[in-house]
Amino acid sequence: MENTATEKKKQQQESCYHCGEPCDRDVLHFDKKNFCCSGCKTVYSVLSENDLCDYYALADSPGQSQKSQSSRNNRFDYLSDREVIDKLIDYQDKEETHITFFVPMIHCASCIWLLENLYRLHPGIISSRVDFVKKKVQVKYRQERIELRALVALMARIGYEPRINLSDLGAERKPKADRRLIYKLAVAGFCFGNMMFFSLPEYFSEARLLGKGFTNLFRYLNVLLSLPVFFFAATDYYRSAWMALKNRTVNMDVPIAMGIVTLFVYSLFEIFLLGQEGYLDSLGGLLFFLLLGKWYQQKTFDTLSFDRDYTAYFPVAVTRMKKDQEEVVPLTRVRVGDIIRVRNEELVPADSVLLNEEAAIDYSFVTGEEVPVGIRKGTVIYAGGRQKGPAIELLVQKSPSQGYLTDLWNHAAFSKEQQKDSLASLANRISGKFTLTVLVIAFGALLYWSMYDLSMGIRAFTAVLIITCPCALAMSTPFTLGNIMRIFGRNGFYLKNSQVIEKIAAVDTLVFDKTGTLTSPALARIRYEGEKLSEETLGVLKAMVSYSVHPLSNRVNRWLGPVIPARLEQVQEIPGKGLIARYKSQRIVLGAASFLETQPKTIKNFRGNKVYLVVEGVHLGTFLIDSGIRKGMGKMLGDLKTRFALHLLSGDQDHERQFFEKEWGREMHMHFRQSPADKLARIQRLQQEGRQVLMVGDGLNDAGALRVSQVGIAVTDDISHFSPASDAILDGKRLGYLPKFLGFARSGRKVIKASFALSFTYNAVGIFFAVQGLVSPVLCAILMPLSSISVVVFTTMATNLLAYTRGLNHKSAATWK
Amino acid sequence: MEVIFVLIGVSLLLAGGFLWLFFKAMKDGQFDDQHTPAIRILFEHKSKNKNNTKKPNKSE
Repeated sequence: MENTATEKKKQQQESCYHCGEPCDRDVLHFDKKNFCCSGCKTVYSVLSENDLCDYYALADSPGQSQKSQSSRNNRFDYLSDREVIDKLIDYQDKEETHITFFVPMIHCASCIWLLENLYRLHPGIISSRVDFVKKKVQVKYRQERIELRALVALMARIGYEPRINLSDLGAERKPKADRRLIYKLAVAGFCFGNMMFFSLPEYFSEARLLGKGFTNLFRYLNVLLSLPVFFFAATDYYRSAWMALKNRTVNMDVPIAMGIVTLFVYSLFEIFLLGQEGYLDSLGGLLFFLLLGKWYQQKTFDTLSFDRDYTAYFPVAVTRMKKDQEEVVPLTRVRVGDIIRVRNEELVPADSVLLNEEAAIDYSFVTGEEVPVGIRKGTVIYAGGRQKGPAIELLVQKSPSQGYLTDLWNHAAFSKEQQKDSLASLANRISGKFTLTVLVIAFGALLYWSMYDLSMGIRAFTAVLIITCPCALAMSTPFTLGNIMRIFGRNGFYLKNSQVIEKIAAVDTLVFDKTGTLTSPALARIRYEGEKLSEETLGVLKAMVSYSVHPLSNRVNRWLGPVIPARLEQVQEIPGKGLIARYKSQRIVLGAASFLETQPKTIKNFRGNKVYLVVEGVHLGTFLIDSGIRKGMGKMLGDLKTRFALHLLSGDQDHERQFFEKEWGREMHMHFRQSPADKLARIQRLQQEGRQVLMVGDGLNDAGALRVSQVGIAVTDDISHFSPASDAILDGKRLGYLPKFLGFARSGRKVIKASFALSFTYNAVGIFFAVQGLVSPVLCAILMPLSSISVVVFTTMATNLLAYTRGLNHKSAATWK
Repeated sequence: MEVIFVLIGVSLLLAGGFLWLFFKAMKDGQFDDQHTPAIRILFEHKSKNKNNTKKPNKSE
């Protein structure tokens, strides 16, 4: 432990012992160690008091910086509310309570270790268990010894504040992952394996050597083992087939269910009445392979959530003012006319009017644009904005669910269940014809043979139904799509489910959001124009921008790099405007044009944000910060515009229109000043024109558009963070791969078709024997697994090969691991 | 040869037992989190004995 500390000291002179960040300003010394802020120091002192310093031994500087942590004591007060507690906890009895927290800070082994040693910090905590991938902690505690509020406060104090959002208070709790499919698969596998054992002697005539008793025993055991397969493992297929027939359609499960029932009934008939061996082992194999395919297709990305609405981001509680007294109440209790207080970095939870003189609201959460907007007294602030700067007071105008933005969720598109499945999957479309053909052949065989021999006719009839049971056919789709989904996942493109692939393959129109999607505020280029700045001025600037949390300040700060900050006499931030500082009795102003006393020289041909630097009334220079377009966007759009109709939707003013037209060409239809509802309406209009629309967006303002389009893709730079409800989540760094993804999804269709052809060949061969009544149980037992396995091998190899040729062969694991 | 009757019974019971164990493990959530236990097993459990707090450095 000491070694790592000294080593680190050599590397970096003064970095925080807790979080590893450089201590730029005041270094706090405690216990012979450096800390960047009192928050980090507190965490360390709590841990050292409790002999938990192993935390620092497991990983270097495992902590999170505590600089921006709020230290208000009453912010967890809402957790005393009985109703809130009941919604949050998993389980409670007289003695103990179990609760699961989402803790996004979990990132290393130290985190797990510390969180699992919580019981050493407080005797009321019984135990805790971390799920690293999901970033969740389940804590068991005695509610008599420690309150929920105190527990959360304790976790916040050691730097692991759980994130509790409004959606956690939602009425329905998420059901536990459905494990029924796994159980069915296990049962089918178990029965299949054992049935194979009991059938083998029969096939190789060994049973006859053993005597009649054994033969019968094996057959009866097979019947016994087939019961769970028929009555438990196969139930999904009956249900699905029945539902399809009830809706007067035929899906893939109809011929499957037909095959299963025929196999079972005919086998019983053979075993009990004819004294033959039956096809029960084939039945077991069939179900095992079918369920295996289903399971493979069901790959889900646990850590991602595809169905978040605004409640997943809104706070649970707000500070309400009552006779100048603060009280913390759950958001659900806030009524129109209440006065609420919103502090720095807090989210405005409802549309409300500003009561203070001014505020700076960051709508990045809504629009993707992270430069705060200045708001004056009496203006409405929309829910979803984040206050940057000192605390403000607001008069609530609408209840949280009725706001300008949140109203989107009351739109008709959200109320009904998704009806995007107008495009039936490839497999289901052919299964109607397939079933009809099979039935025609089966009855044809029955008629033909019954002219000579009725029992032969029945044998041929059942044999056709059994042999054509579309096992291989039913498996080509799940294995192809499942594998494509995994390949996408490895490339930073995460799908909600595999049906999305077929929808992507049908898309002909692409709609992009601008801010946050095609442009990335984090990538914004910055440049300085004006007089050369001296080392001293740079130091002063560094000190000034370090003082501010404004995004533009952060960008200037990044541009400055490692400059030693000067000591300022005085510094003051005017929210949404700029900074004023006093250094060696000089007045230094850094900020927007409207904020300056002097008229600055205008800079032409620049449409981004400008930050002016004025010293003692003299305009020294300007920082030009443009809305950075993501890398490779020009090339990507160039690739796409030959194959798709392109649209751009932006909530911004159109002052950048010409720039974008020059950059991306006139083929792109651009629409500016689009409200969230406009975006939704525009997608619907495109759909009415008969287009299959794929929307790429990022903010909450795209949520409606993402929802109504055939495929909604949410782009996010931090995969575990924000993303509105969508069909797929795309890592922002991989947006340039979009043409590849679209092409790959289309070629996936070809793979499915090819594997269909393969399995039709098997079926044709099978039918050739079946109509002649030549299908023996051995043939069946060989043909069925063989066709299935060959289809699986074919689809897997074909998709991997296609991925390789398209350059999608990344072996890198998912980013969150 | 009659011993085969017994053996078949035993084998079925055995296999069924494993199936049951699998169900139980599934229900207990053994397969829900496949990542954390791999890290957890590397933690040293300190004994209550205070003198024993000195431990070798772990290097990543």
